[in-house]
Amino acid sequence: MKKGLSANTLRLMIPVVSLAVLLMAVFWLQPRAMSYMGMNLLFNLAVPIALATIAQMLIIAVNDLDLSIGTFVSFAACVTAVYLPTAPVTGIAILAAAIAAYAVIGIVIHLRDLPSIVVTLGMSFVWGGLAVLILPAPGGTAPVWLRSLMTAAIPVVPLAIVASIVIAIVAHLVVMRSTLGVAIRGVGGNSRSVARAGWSVLRIKAAAYALSGLFSVLAGMALVGLTTSADANIALRYTLLSIAGVILGGGEFVGGRVSPLGAVVGALTLTLAGSFLSFLRISPDWQIGAQGAVLIIVLGLRLLLSRREA
Amino acid sequence: MTIRKILAASAAVLVCALAPLSAQADTAGKKIALSNNYAGNSWRQAMLTSWDKVTKEAVKAGVVSAADAFTTAENQATEQAAQIQNMILQGYDAIVINAASPTALNGAVKAACDAGITVVSFDGIVTEPCAWRIAVNFKEMGRSQVEYLSKKLPKGGNLLEIRGLAGVFVDDEISAGIHEGVKQFPQFKIAGSVHGDWAQDVAQRAVAGILPSLPDIAAVVTQGGDGYGAAQAFEAAKRPTPVIVMGNREDELQWWKKQKDANGYETMSVSIAPGVSTLAFWVAQQILDGKDVKKDLTVPFLRIDQDTLDESVKTTQKGGVANVEYSQADAEKVIAGAK
Repeated sequence: MKKGLSANTLRLMIPVVSLAVLLMAVFWLQPRAMSYMGMNLLFNLAVPIALATIAQMLIIAVNDLDLSIGTFVSFAACVTAVYLPTAPVTGIAILAAAIAAYAVIGIVIHLRDLPSIVVTLGMSFVWGGLAVLILPAPGGTAPVWLRSLMTAAIPVVPLAIVASIVIAIVAHLVVMRSTLGVAIRGVGGNSRSVARAGWSVLRIKAAAYALSGLFSVLAGMALVGLTTSADANIALRYTLLSIAGVILGGGEFVGGRVSPLGAVVGALTLTLAGSFLSFLRISPDWQIGAQGAVLIIVLGLRLLLSRREA
Repeated sequence: MTIRKILAASAAVLVCALAPLSAQADTAGKKIALSNNYAGNSWRQAMLTSWDKVTKEAVKAGVVSAADAFTTAENQATEQAAQIQNMILQGYDAIVINAASPTALNGAVKAACDAGITVVSFDGIVTEPCAWRIAVNFKEMGRSQVEYLSKKLPKGGNLLEIRGLAGVFVDDEISAGIHEGVKQFPQFKIAGSVHGDWAQDVAQRAVAGILPSLPDIAAVVTQGGDGYGAAQAFEAAKRPTPVIVMGNREDELQWWKKQKDANGYETMSVSIAPGVSTLAFWVAQQILDGKDVKKDLTVPFLRIDQDTLDESVKTTQKGGVANVEYSQADAEKVIAGAK
């Protein structure tokens, strides 16, 4: 028991330490960042990424992978910017239907035993097409309440930090503490024993996908709150960022081993890595490579430590 | 009396000596950044080279203290928004943007404005009202072609229109401008219209296909990147070469020069110069200098005429587009023209 706990703490320690090291490096390069406004500017775009990472983590928890998160978040952003300010009922209905569609995708993947990568890759074109249909040219406006929520000036601690902490705590309660969360991770770990224990794997998978859809919708809404309007291609890079965030945060592709706290920290680390490289004035030709190098270093560290653990 | 005169004179000398200095000193400590979303084609490469060349000289001359260019790696709006937010932290006084999306950067642009930073967008403009926009007037680009032809061919005649890629905003705008021009100069009639996709080979095939069904063509109106292909098609069909309006591409200019040297062929060529980034730089500098600048400005066209052709052929790189770097005076002219 005690050993397991320390392994889990260790798993969480690496992303937290890398975030802290990166943050200190950024502060050293750019002392202006060490302020209320600076922290907000550094991290506010990480809030939607953190939500998308949690969404991806829920799918990874049941041993699947979602390649449509980027286009789905873009779609949710378009719906938010087009319908929520003028026809909130229609907008909420569309978003609810989209979440239901996610549950159906989960059911289809489970029933037909389809590879999730193929199904979600196909769905990414569907979501992309729907986004263009809803918003053919970039535009739309953020609902006033959403804009003021995302730009709210909370005393002392910037909103971006507070939001990240809230997301981490909520996700932690849902995934690590609730019955459903245990069942979801159980399906990822050993779905047969979960079924033998009298659970419906189908229902659990549908719930995991629906929850993931919900977090993606929240990511799209948060993004629109920050950008004030949408674009059908606004969040395409979230697909890969969310996967990298989960893995960086101590999650694993199989076995239901995920960490919501780590996922949020992973998303923050990825965002910060981009700023760090930009402050370093690394040429854009090298930036993707450098971002990859940061990932490899962190993952390499993890591998070393887990070897020692074993 | 004399002492007073001397005093007045020396004061005047002092003022005269200080005036140009103070005009420069206002922005000498300012830092300007370029946020660019994409660098993957020859137009964008030329744009960045022009920026580098002009701003390096401006920094050396002490007009501004820094003018750094940043390009995002993945051409994604959220990535560019983060880049702009980083620029706010880096303490730039002005940010010049070629945007990945007209709307998705608005939050970051607003944050920059709120931090007291001057934001100037060009080419890929942003819709956030606090930013300045230097936009291309594609409609006028189409209309001006017909206007030129009305002077060159006062009697008018049949026109062949070569359009760009169907369904793209730019294609619709230029074509609308051409049709507007035809309405304004009714001696012209559009006898046929094909899509050349802004590519010489596509244009050549399309023109060759429609030519047999057309009456005598007096002139060809184009969108750029298609004039050389059209000329080839006319030559292959053994029809007299009409006045083909060119689009500043190197192969088009070469062909024009060859014709001009051989038989005095006359036309004109018009497009947007990649050096428009330097215009945006000077506009940002003027705003920082306290000048009153309208929020919406228009990119001037780079037009090549019979007398400027030889010079342009010499300076245009093989496979490239004719380019021009703008000066502070050019920016002042554009600003004054918008009022």
